[in-house]
Amino acid sequence: MVALSVNLAGVKLKNPVVPASGTFGFGREFSELYDLNVLGAISVKGITREPRIGNPLPRIAETPSGMLNAVGLENRGIDAVLSEELPWLRAHFDGPIIANVGGFSPEEYASNCERLAASAAVSILEVNISCPNVHCGGRNFGSSPESATAITKAVRGVTGKPVFMKLSPNVADIAEVARACEGEGADGLCLINTLVGMRIDIARRKPVLANVTGGLSGPAILPVALRMVWAAYEAVKIPIIGCGGVASAEDAIEMMMAGATAVEVGAANLIDPMASRRIAESLPALCERLGIADIAGIVGAAHDFQRTK
Amino acid sequence: MRGAFFTVESNRALAPGVFELVLAGDCSAVQRPGQFVNVAVPGLFLRRPISICDWTAGSMTLLVRTVGRGTAWLEKVVRGEKLDVLLPLGNGFDISAVPDGGTAILAGGGIGIAPLYALAKALLASGRRCVAALGFRCASDVFYADEFAAIGCEVAIATEDGSRGQRGYVTDVVSAYCTHGRRGTEYLFACGPEPMLKALAANGWTSSTQFSLETRMGCGFGACMGCTTETTHGPARICHEGPVFRVEDLKW
Ligand SMILES: Cc1cc2nc3c(=O)[nH]c(=O)nc-3n(C[C@H](O)[C@H](O)[C@H](O)COP(=O)(O)OP(=O)(O)OC[C@H]3O[C@@H](n4cnc5c(N)ncnc54)[C@H](O)[C@@H]3O)c2cc1C
Ligand SMILES: Cc1cc2nc3c(=O)[nH]c(=O)nc-3n(C[C@H](O)[C@H](O)[C@H](O)COP(=O)(O)O)c2cc1C
Ligand code: FES
Repeated sequence: MVALSVNLAGVKLKNPVVPASGTFGFGREFSELYDLNVLGAISVKGITREPRIGNPLPRIAETPSGMLNAVGLENRGIDAVLSEELPWLRAHFDGPIIANVGGFSPEEYASNCERLAASAAVSILEVNISCPNVHCGGRNFGSSPESATAITKAVRGVTGKPVFMKLSPNVADIAEVARACEGEGADGLCLINTLVGMRIDIARRKPVLANVTGGLSGPAILPVALRMVWAAYEAVKIPIIGCGGVASAEDAIEMMMAGATAVEVGAANLIDPMASRRIAESLPALCERLGIADIAGIVGAAHDFQRTK
Repeated sequence: MRGAFFTVESNRALAPGVFELVLAGDCSAVQRPGQFVNVAVPGLFLRRPISICDWTAGSMTLLVRTVGRGTAWLEKVVRGEKLDVLLPLGNGFDISAVPDGGTAILAGGGIGIAPLYALAKALLASGRRCVAALGFRCASDVFYADEFAAIGCEVAIATEDGSRGQRGYVTDVVSAYCTHGRRGTEYLFACGPEPMLKALAANGWTSSTQFSLETRMGCGFGACMGCTTETTHGPARICHEGPVFRVEDLKW
């Protein structure tokens, strides 16, 4: 028997597989296909104070080995999430629910975090300071250590529940942003969000996305995510949720060996609705094949090569 | 919705760049004409949404126009090949909205005629009169006119160059089929390029009308919010609450 459970800042997950925010809604569509309880945790769609319709269509484009999205944080707003979505998910899923929190100012982040943390359904707050598709006066809070610090500081005080900061890969030095969040008391990190990209329709001579740019996700970004998780793992002691391009149990193990305690599966859910379950169910056999008895023991394992060199 | 492998039974060319696929597999979950499937294409990341043109318990027909890499791959599939498909997706047309004994006009522009075929069958089976108004560029582009006629549907064709049927657009044939050239008691279903749908709406089809919309999709089953459009009832996912909308619900 392979031990699959992992611990995220005191929250126990029965396995490390977590559907990523924005690719799983609140689980409703997937619950028609499988019992959500096979999953380690669920990160729900990003939540803002006001309901948001998001960006104009088209807001999806295909890329080599991935996709761009410019959804722009469409969600029903925190009131509907608290009164309808979270109770629904709680009734259909026994494991930890991760609330993915958006915002447009430090004050909004703080108040959203406070209200969501007060819900018994929520175990972890995942603060999205890295959405490339919404514009706060041209600023993206995850793009500099200073603004990441400001948001972490604003949300840290409002709850005793674990706060994970979700970081952007669109930065010069990910280790610096990671350290800034840890320094302000973040309980953990989640990385990465999408990379900014674009496509052009050559027949129409214009960008495919109405928003011009969008966030790149899917297998195309796996190596970038691995390298960033790797760098963050070297920089901080707090646990890391690794995310970006994971589509198989092998990818999940690779992410853990880079330094992730748990692994989020994003775009893979969209093209194969069974992806998260398939990955969770493939882990035991893969671990056995790799001689892994306790999956928690491989977190950051690939870093040891430097010490044994 | 579920994932399934379908086996290609036949693939035949209908017109330049347009082909018909018949796929064998379990279609028992398909409920309404206007629903669609999302087909995986090897080597391409996203699935391709394609309308169900017709179905039985054990097979379905798709009509496809080749426009890019995914549809070009589909054009080459041969009998016996397996396709990875998600189905059934979307809401489909609501035929109960057509008054008993009423006339339905089914307006299809180009490949947009695909979902109208099963719709015509369902309407005819329920005793409604059915006119298929089909628009193409020229005579050699015309497809499925005979299939519509064979099930007892009146067929009116428009071609842009006048080489077959009426010269002009689908909108022109639709007007010609209405009382005094203006819309009367008929009910309209339409699927095609957005300019065609907008022209129909501008021609007075602002009620008793269902439009099937199209946009680029991430998942096709309601998870990614990649396809949301605004309606008078709030945001609606084209893949899930749609692709068929009552025109009065659209915020155009
Ligand atoms: C609900 C629905 C039903 C459809 N039914 C049919 C049908 O019955 N027959 C048919 O031939 N076509 C249909 N289409 C359009 C079909 O999905 C596109 O032509 C196809 O995805 C193009 O793929 P490609 O790889 O050949 O083109 P590319 O241009 O190479 O595709 C690139 C990306 O853009 C997307 N894309 C490009 N054009 C469209 C489009 N018009 N609509 C949606 N996504 C697009 C592709 O899915 C892919 O993700 C339908 C679309 C929708 C949304
Ligand atoms: C359609 C879509 C919507 C997303 N919405 C959110 C969101 O609301 N909040 C968030 O933090 N990340 C969001 N993301 C980012 C994912 O959670 C994830 O970080 C990213 O896609 C990389 O992982 P992947 O390559 O496995 O998709 C979204 C991604 C996609 C594809
Ligand atoms: S395409 Fe994903 S929600 Fe419609």
